[in-house]
Amino acid sequence: MPQTFHRSTNLIARVSIFGAVFFIAALGAALYAIEISPYYTTVGEAPEQPVPFSHRHHVGELGIDCRYCHTSVEKSSFAGIPPTQTCMSCHSQIWTNASMLEPVRASYATDKSLEWTRVNALPEFVYFDHSIHVNKGIGCTTCHGPIASMALTYRAGTLYMSWCLNCHRDPSKYVRPREEVFNPTYVPSEPQDVLGPKLVKEYKIRSLTYCSTCHR
Amino acid sequence: MAPDWTENPSELGSARPLIGPGHTFETVTDKISSIVLARGTTKGWVFGFAIAFSLLLLLNFAITYLLYKGVGVFGINIPIAWGFAIINFVWWIGIGHAGTLISAILLLLHQKWRTSINRFAEAMTLFAVACAGMFPLLHLGRPWLAYWLLPYPNPMWLWPQFRSPLVWDVFAVSTYLTVSLLFWYVGLIPDLGTMRDRAKYKIVKILYGIFSMGWRGSAIHWSRYETASILLAGLATPLVVSVHTVVSFDFAIDQLAGWHTTIFPPYFVAGAIYSGFAMVLTLAIPIRKYYHLEDLVTMRHLDTMAKVMLATGLIVAYGYMMETFMAFYSGNQFDHFVFINRMTGPYAFFYWLLILCNIIIPQSLWSSKVRNNVPLLFVVSLIVNVGMWLERFVIVVISLHRDFTPSSWGIYIPTRWDWATLTGSIGLFLTLLFLFIRFLPMISMSEVRSLLHETNEAEGHK
Repeated sequence: MPQTFHRSTNLIARVSIFGAVFFIAALGAALYAIEISPYYTTVGEAPEQPVPFSHRHHVGELGIDCRYCHTSVEKSSFAGIPPTQTCMSCHSQIWTNASMLEPVRASYATDKSLEWTRVNALPEFVYFDHSIHVNKGIGCTTCHGPIASMALTYRAGTLYMSWCLNCHRDPSKYVRPREEVFNPTYVPSEPQDVLGPKLVKEYKIRSLTYCSTCHR
Repeated sequence: MAPDWTENPSELGSARPLIGPGHTFETVTDKISSIVLARGTTKGWVFGFAIAFSLLLLLNFAITYLLYKGVGVFGINIPIAWGFAIINFVWWIGIGHAGTLISAILLLLHQKWRTSINRFAEAMTLFAVACAGMFPLLHLGRPWLAYWLLPYPNPMWLWPQFRSPLVWDVFAVSTYLTVSLLFWYVGLIPDLGTMRDRAKYKIVKILYGIFSMGWRGSAIHWSRYETASILLAGLATPLVVSVHTVVSFDFAIDQLAGWHTTIFPPYFVAGAIYSGFAMVLTLAIPIRKYYHLEDLVTMRHLDTMAKVMLATGLIVAYGYMMETFMAFYSGNQFDHFVFINRMTGPYAFFYWLLILCNIIIPQSLWSSKVRNNVPLLFVVSLIVNVGMWLERFVIVVISLHRDFTPSSWGIYIPTRWDWATLTGSIGLFLTLLFLFIRFLPMISMSEVRSLLHETNEAEGHK
């Protein structure tokens, strides 16, 4: 009886079964890699804004404190996006006719807010409060990245739950002295593994990993 | 071809043959393989398949609507948050257990009567698990997030809740599906080799050839096959007990009165085997009639399966009695009330129907006249199938609808989508079964040949 299958099918059968296992594992690994990649998380991508506001100029070069614009960060869950009046507090006197600032002047004149594109946003099922973080020694740049060097503002963290848990499971890795919270170029004076536990104790920081801490 | 042969039903006990007289290796193989290769697609098969397939289409429609509109299309509410979806899940998983018991446990116990029924019983298990597996996904509020139950590397850095029986279910059912599939497939390989060798058309030869994975029928192949079967039987055996135990934990671990009882694991396992054998009988009786397999699936097989059904039915009856006794003996007012409510409350009709279907009617199986009366046995097996569905209805709905606080009490009325999903799942099961009958040898040719060999040896090669 002539053979239905060529001799090579012996090899093909074995390779395909063996290979299938690796293929599925590789597929899983690839999907995971995509999920944590900047392509998917959009970390580092600066979105389009009505005015190309530069944190590098205002914070890095001019040294303006975060709280000058983001006024409610120490008291409220929301840090605050400044009203046009805050911009005009300087730009009514300097760069008054710059074409780049035309939308700001128009907003001031018409009393219509500038529609900034939100860079850092958590989903609605997450409860996040800025004031507690800021008061317990978590610096602005810890989460928002090197703001003082950002010509255009981008998101520095994935904002995934794992990213939050990374600190929540061990705050001593990231805590800094309260006086340095608004310092955009902070470098710890002692090694973090010495300073951190001291501050955690002093500021009475608990590792909040209960579900209801953030999912209220 | 095997000669016409009718069996004398008055012959009792193990003296009765397991295979009709006059068979040879050739006739056994011919008979079973010709159903697939020679008989082809008959009008009867097409008719049955058409009915099954239309029910499957109904299932598709129901699932699409469910995914579109959400789980509120079912009649569930608070407090009855689990309705037909969970009842159907437990019912289907339970049905599957008989196949594994026949394949695995009876293999390890050297019970020769398993050989002609184990192939389609195991196929029945696979299809039942396929039907069952849909329901935990469909009952979810967000079915597209069902993969969160698996411990995969996720950007939330969270494990699933390992303390929950719902997560244990995921592992139990997927293990069950995997092992059953492997066991069934390994058992199929020699027969797929036979089909490949006997196929008339090239494309059919190639397809069976691929799936038979190069089976040569050499001594080393048979030796490995036997070892693999024993190993898989060893793996599958604990599953018969563990899978439905884990499913029973969905209820037993909870604090609800009427659920939180230690009798549930053995009671569920016995119930599963009970409903499984009922389904095997429900399928075997028409199939053996239509395909003239009475000399391979003999009266002794039906008789033995009926006895297993009776035995497990008695264990289930014991379970009911113990549950009721412990509820009253406990002195707990909530447990008292659960049972008073079952017997006299709004769903009392279903409770008493359950007692009739599961306990009273199957007692007729004590009589060998009933066990050997094929139409009667078929009716009893159907009644047991219905009864076991009702049992899960009683457990799920009646316990949930009136729990601790009267202000939380409610009523569950199934909607058309509940019924559509239930009948649709039967459609899926039957569709798969019809496809199996058409394309695969539904009786294990190699095992029946070895049974024939042993029978001939015992009789001295008559």
